[in-house]
Amino acid sequence: MNVRVNGTLLGIALLLVVGLIAPLLVYPTFMMKVWCFALFACAFNLLLGYTGLLSFGHAAFLSVGGYLAGHACKAWGFTPELGILLGTCAGGAVGYVFGWLAIRRSGIYFAMITLALSQMIYFVWLQAPFTGGEDGLQGVPRGRAFGLIDLDNIYAMYYFVFAVFMAGFLLIYRTIHSPFGQVLKSIRENEPRAISLGYDVDRFKVLAFTLSAALSGTAGATKTLVFQLASLSDAHWHMSGEVVLMTLLGGLGTVFGPVVGALLVITLQNQLPQGVGAWVPVIMGSIFVVCVTAFRRGIVGELQALFRR
Amino acid sequence: MTEDLILETRGLTKEFKGFIAVNDVGMRIRRGTIHALIGPNGAGKTTTFNLLTKFHAPTRGTILFNGQDITTEKPAQIARRGIVRSFQISAVFPHLTVLENVRIALQRKLGLSFQFWRSERVLDQLNGRAMELLDAVDLGRFADLATVKLPYGRKRALEIATTLALDPEMMLLDEPMAGMGHEDVGRVTALIRKVAANRTILMVEHHLSVVEELGDTITVLARGAVLAEGTYAEVSSNPLVREAYIGVSDG
Repeated sequence: MNVRVNGTLLGIALLLVVGLIAPLLVYPTFMMKVWCFALFACAFNLLLGYTGLLSFGHAAFLSVGGYLAGHACKAWGFTPELGILLGTCAGGAVGYVFGWLAIRRSGIYFAMITLALSQMIYFVWLQAPFTGGEDGLQGVPRGRAFGLIDLDNIYAMYYFVFAVFMAGFLLIYRTIHSPFGQVLKSIRENEPRAISLGYDVDRFKVLAFTLSAALSGTAGATKTLVFQLASLSDAHWHMSGEVVLMTLLGGLGTVFGPVVGALLVITLQNQLPQGVGAWVPVIMGSIFVVCVTAFRRGIVGELQALFRR
Repeated sequence: MTEDLILETRGLTKEFKGFIAVNDVGMRIRRGTIHALIGPNGAGKTTTFNLLTKFHAPTRGTILFNGQDITTEKPAQIARRGIVRSFQISAVFPHLTVLENVRIALQRKLGLSFQFWRSERVLDQLNGRAMELLDAVDLGRFADLATVKLPYGRKRALEIATTLALDPEMMLLDEPMAGMGHEDVGRVTALIRKVAANRTILMVEHHLSVVEELGDTITVLARGAVLAEGTYAEVSSNPLVREAYIGVSDG
């Protein structure tokens, strides 16, 4: 027990150190992208890894957060932190509706309902007047955080993004290790038994779904501020697949797995293209196959298993 | 009749697309007794269980618990009323520790199960009670073990401890001895007798020796309908029961 707690503390400390010194070593915009996707994957992991619900529509929440925050900052003059708050709430609200509809079914049907609903969101963005359609919502101002810190300074922006990531990450960590998290795990482990102990599992699932969607909205809103752009690719079902890949690769149901997975996938996507171009999906696909056949617990999951021996 | 009934069914029927799994079952379970439900394979025992705990909705009929009609309630509501069931295959949470398995049952009454912002340390106040329950089923020394590592018989014991944690007025045990070795059967039989002291138990069981030893009243189901009801001596001498179990030729 103590070993595990210490391991987690060590991991969080490591994460902090890496996060604080990374912009000195690596291109800050790249790291900002990593933190946005890491938060997205952690939020997804809360649902798949700790509740056992496979959503195949999480791109919807990323894009809801992204487009609404982008529009609010651009057209309504929201400050960045308010834009992110709006993106979070909007992601959560859409997530509540999706979750409420989807939890009526389980397994593959659950996944298909979330996919279908997220495709509807995709077409909303394609058609809505303010989104810029195929071009995306461009020219989102980064603005001043809390009206004070000028986020056009790349380092200010970087630490702002890192702070948002850490806040989201710690909230997810706390949720996993809360009384609520205990019930989620029991639902994942044996749903009929959780029901027979008197838990209304549907209400727990909806809350987990809503939290996961809200934090995905946070990630999307932050990402829009980083790139000053919200685009259709955030809403595409490719994105829903990518977050599954990140989570599985890093380690499903582990605290740090999704962060590692996101780092790996984004690094590959950014570093590979010189020369390999169209082969990226093939390489990603191969990695995925190797991962789920050879080390199913993911990178962090396998490492944990190794240390516990 | 003035006997104290805890659970009563009237005309309970369940049809699956034309197939009648449970047909017009009327059962009366007296408070404080161990009531066994037996019958050959496919007699509808587990379906009856699922009807009583609302995992299936009955096609017709009424279920009364302490005189109240609970026919339309949801499974989690039934559990909160104090009717807690076990399952045919062992129902534990394999990747939680043994202690956490029991604690999850105790946790509900604290009313903080939706609080995702609080540390799970608030649950430590339940550890003492959880350990008591584990000790009662002789699992105290396994408290910090991952449940998946327990042998089968111990998992069934853990399941009973988890059920007891809810302090149910009535326990429904679906084949508590299924898949157990001879030693475990004796241990769990003693355990059931112990926990039955101040509550009512309805159990489905195939081991007739266990039924004989524990059952105050026995209901025999065959093809979805009640064939006989009474003490073990009564039903075991009933020619209809013998026929259903052994076959006509052996009469």
